[in-house]
Amino acid sequence: MPDFNKPHALTDVPFHYCPGCTHGIVHRLVAEVIDEMGIEGDTIGVCPVGCSVMAYDYFNCDMIEASHGRAPAVATGVKRGNPDKFVFTYQGDGDLAAIGTAETVHAATRGENITVIFINNTTYGMTGGQMAPTTLPGQVTQTTPYGRNPDVEGFPVRVCEMLSTLSGVALAERVTVTDPANIRKAKAAIRKGFEFQKNKQGFSIIEVLSTCPTNWGLSPVESLKWLKENMVPYYPLGVFKEGAIR
Amino acid sequence: MTTETILAGFGGQGILFAGKLLAYLGMNQDKNVSWLPSYGPEMRGGTANCSVCVGDEPICSPYITEPDVLIAMNGPSYDKFIDNVKPGGIAIIDSTLVTKECKRKDIRSFRIPSTALAAQHGLPGMANIILMGKLLKETGLAVIEAVRPTLEKIIPPKKSALIDANMKALALGMAL
Amino acid sequence: MERNLMKGNEALAEAAIRAGCKCFFGYPITPQTEISAYMAKRMPKVGGVFLQAESEIAAINMVYGCASSGVRCMTSSSSPGISLKSEGVSYMAGSDLPCVIINVMRGGPGLGGIQPSQSDYWQATRALGHGDFQILVFAPSSVQEMADLIGRAFDEADKYRMPAMILADGLLGQMMEPVVFHTEEIQHHDPEDKHWATTGHKNKRKHNIINSLYLQAEELETLNFERFKRYETVKQEVHEAELYRTEDADIIVAAYGSVARLAKAAVDNAREQGIKVGLFRPITLWPFPAAEINEACRNAKRVLCVEMSMGQMIDDVKLALNCRLPVEFYGRTGGVIPKPSAILEQIKTLAKEAE
Repeated sequence: MPDFNKPHALTDVPFHYCPGCTHGIVHRLVAEVIDEMGIEGDTIGVCPVGCSVMAYDYFNCDMIEASHGRAPAVATGVKRGNPDKFVFTYQGDGDLAAIGTAETVHAATRGENITVIFINNTTYGMTGGQMAPTTLPGQVTQTTPYGRNPDVEGFPVRVCEMLSTLSGVALAERVTVTDPANIRKAKAAIRKGFEFQKNKQGFSIIEVLSTCPTNWGLSPVESLKWLKENMVPYYPLGVFKEGAIR
Repeated sequence: MTTETILAGFGGQGILFAGKLLAYLGMNQDKNVSWLPSYGPEMRGGTANCSVCVGDEPICSPYITEPDVLIAMNGPSYDKFIDNVKPGGIAIIDSTLVTKECKRKDIRSFRIPSTALAAQHGLPGMANIILMGKLLKETGLAVIEAVRPTLEKIIPPKKSALIDANMKALALGMAL
Repeated sequence: MERNLMKGNEALAEAAIRAGCKCFFGYPITPQTEISAYMAKRMPKVGGVFLQAESEIAAINMVYGCASSGVRCMTSSSSPGISLKSEGVSYMAGSDLPCVIINVMRGGPGLGGIQPSQSDYWQATRALGHGDFQILVFAPSSVQEMADLIGRAFDEADKYRMPAMILADGLLGQMMEPVVFHTEEIQHHDPEDKHWATTGHKNKRKHNIINSLYLQAEELETLNFERFKRYETVKQEVHEAELYRTEDADIIVAAYGSVARLAKAAVDNAREQGIKVGLFRPITLWPFPAAEINEACRNAKRVLCVEMSMGQMIDDVKLALNCRLPVEFYGRTGGVIPKPSAILEQIKTLAKEAE
């Protein structure tokens, strides 16, 4: 029978996330994987700057709050000093694919044995909905009031596709959490990432297409629909790279 | 008493190595020593120099402005440093590459065609060590017997064949 | 004990390893690159970690992560690179993390030059990043001290849970002098000894959090108050200076790091000419050894501050003396090294004024 208790790897602190935001689902999936693998006591999580900045209060494992974009470097430091621990980062699109691009790419190409959970919701949620590196062409945000114009603001970054060209990457997979079937796939991908780490097989990134109802100006249900209709075509789901690097 | 030496020339002439040898020789006689290189882009093909202090007391300033001894292995280095040599000091000059005659009468200067000598004796790249031989002879900073153990320490084992060549070059300089 | 002829940068790296530095995260920049090169060669042989980061920013954040999990670790750079690290240093101070940062200073501002300088004194002692905080700052003056102070820096950083810096310069980093290592052994420090570290809780304790975010103003204020209370203890317990020929001195030369060497030569020279002059050399720059400079200046009428900068430490000299003595300044900047003879001229001028 499925277990509907709260995972042990989550604390009792209530989430601060907006109604309909999918952070809560992804937090739970990560925590379930930690529980199932029995690794909470050996796991160190690194949270970003962005909406999930306070994730250190939500996970029961040891946690570190990184500066904006530097989580993969912080995780590298933890992992190099403690190669037998599990280390994951939890980052949003602005954190991972704008200010922290260098840290992301280089942790990936070094094949750091860490697992990166990447929340792509096409916007800077915490600061009130500005353009992110993953904002879609034409998408209206606070800083693209006329819609993102690729002639002016350039094109969105497809992170998994980009990282899949690097030899250090063991897993680059894009999933979403819009419905139970996809949620199950997302959890399987996160588990796979931690398994690669367990076997010291290289860098893993799981990109989760997520919603931001508040800043998108949509209801939670409309947000899920918008994600499927607009994001999935631009950011196709699936595995872009899979296989041990060593 | 502290002897302050500036060694100067082109990058690639072994200026820094000769300076290191001098510092090691001092250290191995339980003296206080310092070795300060010029560093930066000038190392790559431009001028190179280093300051070496060898003394009985602790070295205060490793940075030498008026050397007791100058080894000059090219024209620009000679021009840069010759006027700063302390009165009563010594200048040892590679006359193959420094064409100017030394006009200073208040110092002892030795013009030695060390680059040509090195070539003649089958000691390529050892003009620096020939001049070091002369320096040791004129300053008495070390006896030749002290040199081999020091070379054995600073030349890596895979290049140990160079030790004999160095000793030969040194003897050549000391005989001048 | 064997004397080893080594560059300051190399001696520092070797001593760091012996002090139990297990991980080093670097990025190339002149004139400190020998530290990285030495670490790259030695660390794999002693079971340590050397990693060349993609940037100074990444390097300091690797230190942040590594220090969070209780491991002795360090990074090194030179002036422009230290500016890049400042954000990470602020985070570490705000998270009460120990680590060691080396700055082998070069001329600035901007890309500046690569020759020796002391123009990052303010940055190190006042504002190595945003926010209310201090770091420990040690100023070696010889290759031997490059080696001796690094172990001290690690110990004090661990003791007070704060970052420590070795503030050296290109001259000290590049020069060779004989150095003696007082131990052959490599110290071992168990990360688990740090009860606050994120080492994995092994289901034996509540989860540890390393963090500097506090959205409640009063909570953050309380933490800052507590931290500054700790700084007061540090000020009481960590202060050191060398006093040289100061007992009867009319004139005190204040200088640190490599410049103190040049000043010492000038002091000796002036003494030979009958001028009563001594040298005050701070070894800790934060905390600044205020008691020691007052001791050195007991009989002094004038103070001369000599720096390879436009005049930065002079502020602390004046503050420590409470402006009770006239403090003159002589400095060269941009990578120019002051000549001992020029310092001597300054001393002579002051001696005349003091008569």
